[in-house]
Amino acid sequence: MNYQIETKNLNVYYHNNNALKNINIKIPAKQLTAVIGPSGCGKTTLLKSFNRLLEIQDDVKTSGQILVDGENILDYKASEVPDIRKKMGLLSQKPYPLPMSIYENVAYGLRIHHNKTKEELDQAVENCLQEAGLWNEVKDRLHDPATRLSLGQQQRLCLARAIAVKPEVLLCDEPTSALDPISAQQIEKLLLKLKKEFTVVLVTHTLRQAKRVADYVIFIYFGEVLEQGPAKEVFNHPKHPQTKAYLVGEIG
Amino acid sequence: MNRRIIEENVFKILMLASLAIVLGSLVIIVGIVVINGFPALSIEMFTQTPTGRYYLGQGSGGILNAILGSLFLALPATALAYLIGLAIALYLQRDFLHPWASSFIRFTLDVLWGIPSIIYGVFCFMFMIMLGMRASLLVGIIALTLLEIPIITRYMDEAISMVPRGLKESAYSLGSTKFETAMKVVRRQAFPGILAGVLLGLGRGIGDAASILFTSGFSSDIPTSIFDSTAALPTIIFRFYTSPIPAVQQRAYAAAFILLMIVLTISIASRLLTRRFKKHVIK
Repeated sequence: MNYQIETKNLNVYYHNNNALKNINIKIPAKQLTAVIGPSGCGKTTLLKSFNRLLEIQDDVKTSGQILVDGENILDYKASEVPDIRKKMGLLSQKPYPLPMSIYENVAYGLRIHHNKTKEELDQAVENCLQEAGLWNEVKDRLHDPATRLSLGQQQRLCLARAIAVKPEVLLCDEPTSALDPISAQQIEKLLLKLKKEFTVVLVTHTLRQAKRVADYVIFIYFGEVLEQGPAKEVFNHPKHPQTKAYLVGEIG
Repeated sequence: MNRRIIEENVFKILMLASLAIVLGSLVIIVGIVVINGFPALSIEMFTQTPTGRYYLGQGSGGILNAILGSLFLALPATALAYLIGLAIALYLQRDFLHPWASSFIRFTLDVLWGIPSIIYGVFCFMFMIMLGMRASLLVGIIALTLLEIPIITRYMDEAISMVPRGLKESAYSLGSTKFETAMKVVRRQAFPGILAGVLLGLGRGIGDAASILFTSGFSSDIPTSIFDSTAALPTIIFRFYTSPIPAVQQRAYAAAFILLMIVLTISIASRLLTRRFKKHVIK
């Protein structure tokens, strides 16, 4: 199997608190990997270590290796960090549209990375909004502020904005937890569609969601990876007793 | 009566009293300026420069030199303080600077904020003499810029600190550099707060007499270059009001009235302007 991201002995410390302990995982390319586990166990930390977002916080130390396309991204110099982030689109828990119009939100990444003509930009923005299933709802008000959209629409806008820079990976941090059930379902469907093009890493603490969409599952418990493998295997034949307990709802 | 209810009422009265003192002073100040200044107002005040006899309460003339002088001093100073302050305020954020260093700089700015404006004036005056320059628009602008920087910077810094981390993370995860994130996203999000800071700085700068007293000098003419000395509304108020002639004192009130109107107009205009930007700000 072809792996997109691989970690070797990854450790993350907040102050002196060891938030992630010796993480060794492999994330398969062009599949949907669900990271599951109870709240506060390091799922988001793991996700944010993949695009080096952790370092904009105070007192975070990271050791070990995160290999993306065979290169350890923890070795990247500060000036190269935007490159790795460009490879990793992020969909956060609460949608944060940029403080500009709908059009400009999608065009933002294109403008900072490429020199495009007006026509090319228009076309690219339309394509991305189409792909995120938002085009029909916004095509007549592209220059309205993004804040006028509903929360679910904002999340799809964030998705369109993320895929506009053509990342290889989509990091999704509980992207449906703030949304109503219909919007959540739309996002889920989009992720299933997008995994053909992108490697999707989905952090979720909704077990049912993981069961619906995941190809591959990583179970994190108190900063440790207790189990990882193809979704069917983990869900039907969990090896670790804690995984079993989590799956039947005894913990978390 | 219950002790807690008494406590509640005492504090309510205290708060109302404080409010009355502040609002009352404001009303009285504006009232005195309007009552004394309004009768002395005339079209000539806005359109003419003073003649020699004008300072004695006779003859014709106006204070156009001071009105324009004030604008020529305060607008460039505020623009400069905005540019320098914005750079400092953005740099103070966690993204660029270690929190230990930024808290030290914030403390320094707070101290600078508290320094009386006459000190800025004397400081610039000293440099002016050292460099063999004369009191001029340029030195006045520098003094006002220095006076405004801590105010504008600290205000913008507070506004920028309120920008949600998730928004910055969104910008970073699209591959933005720190500079792009700061200039294209953070600055836009914090814009209403930034503008409020700039207005505060402008209000302080345009109304300050002490810092320009020695540095911008005084002249009855409208300055034609930045090396000319110039009058300004606060200095002409000072000059008029210290005159023993009642008619001239009245003109001090009229000048104060004009200053008040300028500040008010700028505030209202900018507030209307911000509405355009506010719609983009995410909550």
